[in-house]
Amino acid sequence: MENFAALLDALVYTRSRNAKLKLLADYLRETPDPDRGWALAALTDGLDFPAVKSATIRNLLTERIDSVLWTLSREYVGDSAETASLLWPEPAEAPSPPTVSEAVDALSRMTRGNVMVELPRLLDRLDANGRYALLKLATGAMRIGISARLAKTAFAQAFSVAVEDVEEHWHGQTPPYAALFDWAAHGGEAPSSENLPLFRPFMLAHGLEDSEVDLADYAAEWKWDGIRVQVVHAGGETRVYSRSGDDISATFPEIAEALAINAVLDGELLVRGAHQGGEAGGAASFNALQQRLGRKTVSKKMREEYPAFVRLYDALIVEGEDLRPLPWARRRAALEDLVPRLDPQRFDISGVIPADDFAQLAAIRERARDDAIEGVMLKRRDSPYVAGRKTGLWYKWKRDPLLIDCVLMYAQRGSGKRSSFYSDYTFGCWDGDPDTGAELLPVGKAYFGFTDEELKWLDRYVRGHTVNRFGPVRETDKSLVFEVAFDSVHSSKRHKSGVAMRFPRISRIRADKPPHEADRIEALRALIRD
Amino acid sequence: MAREFSWIRPEPWGIHVVPADCWIDPARPVDRALVTHGHADHARGGHGATFATPATLAIMKLRYATEEGAVAVPYGDRIELPGGVHATWIPAGHVLGSAQILLEHAGERIVVTGDFKRRPDPTCPPFEVTPCDVLVTEATFGLPVFRHPPVEEEVGKLLTALAANPQRCVLVGAYALGKAQRLIAELRRAGHRDTIWLHGAMERMCRLYEEWGIDLGDLRLVSDAGKQDLAGSVVLAPPSALNDRWSRRLPDPITAMASGWMRVRQRARQRMVELPLIISDHADWDELTQTVVDVNPAETWITHGREEAMLRWCELNQRKARALALVGYEDEDD
Repeated sequence: MENFAALLDALVYTRSRNAKLKLLADYLRETPDPDRGWALAALTDGLDFPAVKSATIRNLLTERIDSVLWTLSREYVGDSAETASLLWPEPAEAPSPPTVSEAVDALSRMTRGNVMVELPRLLDRLDANGRYALLKLATGAMRIGISARLAKTAFAQAFSVAVEDVEEHWHGQTPPYAALFDWAAHGGEAPSSENLPLFRPFMLAHGLEDSEVDLADYAAEWKWDGIRVQVVHAGGETRVYSRSGDDISATFPEIAEALAINAVLDGELLVRGAHQGGEAGGAASFNALQQRLGRKTVSKKMREEYPAFVRLYDALIVEGEDLRPLPWARRRAALEDLVPRLDPQRFDISGVIPADDFAQLAAIRERARDDAIEGVMLKRRDSPYVAGRKTGLWYKWKRDPLLIDCVLMYAQRGSGKRSSFYSDYTFGCWDGDPDTGAELLPVGKAYFGFTDEELKWLDRYVRGHTVNRFGPVRETDKSLVFEVAFDSVHSSKRHKSGVAMRFPRISRIRADKPPHEADRIEALRALIRD
Repeated sequence: MAREFSWIRPEPWGIHVVPADCWIDPARPVDRALVTHGHADHARGGHGATFATPATLAIMKLRYATEEGAVAVPYGDRIELPGGVHATWIPAGHVLGSAQILLEHAGERIVVTGDFKRRPDPTCPPFEVTPCDVLVTEATFGLPVFRHPPVEEEVGKLLTALAANPQRCVLVGAYALGKAQRLIAELRRAGHRDTIWLHGAMERMCRLYEEWGIDLGDLRLVSDAGKQDLAGSVVLAPPSALNDRWSRRLPDPITAMASGWMRVRQRARQRMVELPLIISDHADWDELTQTVVDVNPAETWITHGREEAMLRWCELNQRKARALALVGYEDEDD
C-alpha cells in the first residue's frame, strides 16, 4: 500500500505525460501480482465496493470529530477522501500497512453492517498518504488525470509490448488482470477474446502533406466529418466504440440495436441531413452530430431529430473470419458483400471516389469544400488493416484550411513546460467598422500552430503589451494580428460572437498588418454551413 | 464600572490601545505603532514612532527604510507607554525578531500573539507561554486538517529528491523573510554543506540574518552561476518567481514549495508544485488549540485566518471567544 500511495501522490503532482507514463510503468514492472493488477484497476475503471461510499467516510469521521469542524474542513480541502485522511487520528503504534491485495480483499468483504468497524481497522494501519490512497481506492473516485489510454500505454511501456496488443487483449479481462500480466510480464499465452464484443485498435492515417500518390496503388475515399467508430457484434451483444476505445453504445442505441451479424466494422458515425454529399439521405454537419455526443442516455426526441447512422469504411472481422491480414481490396469486396445484409437506415458504405489520376482527384477534392466534408482518404490497395499509423499505407488529405485574420485580445499562461509562457491566445474579429469605433468580439482560442521561437516572441510581445491582468490572464492592447487557420465554423448560441470554430490554430503571425485591417465578424459568419 | 478590556479596541485596520493611543501592527500610518514582526502585512512604514524588537527594526530599516522614530525594545523589557499602559515584547517563534506583545493596564493583561509557532526554529528564540486575561491569536492554519509534520521529514524529502536527480536542481519557493532562512538553517542542520543558490530578492535578508548571528553556510546568487553549477543544487526563490521567466535559466528544475498550505494537494497543484514541502512558520491546528489551553485566558480573540473553526473549537471547549475580522493580513505565501 505504501508504494501505491507514493505512486498516487507522485501522479497528483506530475504534469508531464511522459513522466506519468514512467511512474506508472515503473510501478507496474516492480510491483508483484496481484497488487499491480488491483492498482491498475483502481487507477482506470475504478473498483466498486458496495459497502464503502462517500457517505460512509463522512459518517465515519463525524463519529470522531465535531460535524461542524468536518464540514469546514471538507469545504476547504474539496475532497472527502483527502479530508478524512488528514483528520484521521494518527495511530499510536507505528503503521503496519496492508498490501493492496489485502486492502481490496478486506474492502470487498465489508458489509453495511460492519463497515463502520472494519474500515477504521484498515485506516489505523496507515499514515496520512496511505489513508488517502485507501479511501480513493475504496470509493473509486481517483480524479488524478489517468485515462484508460494512458494506463494501457504505460502497461505497454512497462513490459515492452505493443500498445495495440494491450488494447486488444485488455477488453474482457477483469481485475486483477492475471492473464494480462501473465502474457505481458511472463511471456504467457495471450488472453482469448472470442465471443466477446471487444474493441480492436483502429488503423490510422498520416497526413499526405505535399506528396502525391499513384491511384493505381491507392484507392480514394471521402473523409466524412463525423466521429470515427467501431461497431462490434459478438456473443449476442453489440458495442459502439469511439476512436479512443470508449464504449458509446448507450449514446447511440439505434446503432447498437441495428447490427445482428457477428462482425467488427469501421466507419464514420454521422447524423442524417443534407449537408455532406449534398443529396437527400446525406449527412448533416458536425454541429448536428454534436447535439448527440456526450449523452449518457438519449431521448426519443433526440433520436428522431438527429437520427444517427454509420457510413462504413472497412470490415475487420466478418462472421468469425479475421480479415485484417488481407489486402484492402479484399476487405472492401467483403464489405460490399456485407452491406446489403445490414439495416439500410443505420448503415451505408462510404463510396470510392472514381478518379483516373491524382490531378482529377485534386479537382474533385477542391469541389468538396462546398459539400462540407473533411477531405479525402487514400488507402493502399494492398494494405492490411494494422493498428495505429503505419507509414505508406493510409493517408488523409484534408481540404485546405479556412483562413481569417484576427486580433490578439487575451493571453493566458500555459501549463507544464509552457507554464511560464503566455501560450493560449484568445483572438477576435471586428464587430463592424473599426475606423468608426467598432469593438472586437472574441471568436476563438488557440494554443498551437507556432514554433518555439515564435512562442518566445509572442510571450515577450504579450508582456510588453499588457493593459490588464486577471489572474493568469493578460489583456493585451489589441495591436497584433494573427492569421488563424481552422477547419470549419458553425453557429453557436454559447458564444457571444454566435460562432464556434473547429480546430483553430495560429497559421501566421502578421506583425506587419495593422489591426484595423483584420477581418470583420461578417466574414466569419459567411463561412458557416450548418 | 468600565466594561472589561474596553481599553483595547480592535478596528479593521489594527488593534487600538486606547489609553496609550498606540496601534498594534496597523495597516495605515499612525503616530505610535507597536509592531510584532517584520512581515509586510504587519510592519509598514510611515508611522511617527515604531516600537519593536531590535531585530524587527533592523528588518524594517532594510525593507521600508524605517529609521526615524524607531524605538528598540529588547525581549522581556517592560516599557511604560502613556495612559498607564505597560508593554513587553515576548518571543513568538515565528521569524527573526518576532514577538508577542503583552499589554498591562488597570490590572488586566492582554497578549497579542502576532504570528507565531510552537516548534523549534534555529533562526529565532522559541514561543513563550504568557498567562493573560485575553489572548489575541492568529488562526492562519485554524482547521483541523492542518497538522504540520516534523520539519526533519520535509527536509529529508527535499534532500532525497536532490540526490535522486543529480542533473536537475530543486527550486524551492519560500517566503523571503523567515521561511527561506529557516529552510537554509534546517538544511545545514541536516548536514547539507553545498552552496545554496539564491534568487536576487532573497540576498539582503539572508545577509541580515547572518549579521544577527545565524550561520547559513555558503550562499550565492543564481545570477552569478554557470548552468553547470546549478545541477544537483538547491535554489531558493520567492514563490512568485517559481513559474515565471526567471526560472527558465535553471537546469530542468523540480519545483518545490515550502509552505503549510502544501498539506492540501489541490493547493500544491494550483501552484504547479511537484514537490510539496509542508514547512510553516505558523502554528498548526494542534499548536493553536494547545496554546489556548496552555495560556488559559478568560477570552480568546482571533485576528485572522480560519476563524470559524477556531470559534467552533472554543465553543466545544466552553471557552469564550470572538473573531475580530481584521483586514489586510495575508497568509497566501506562508
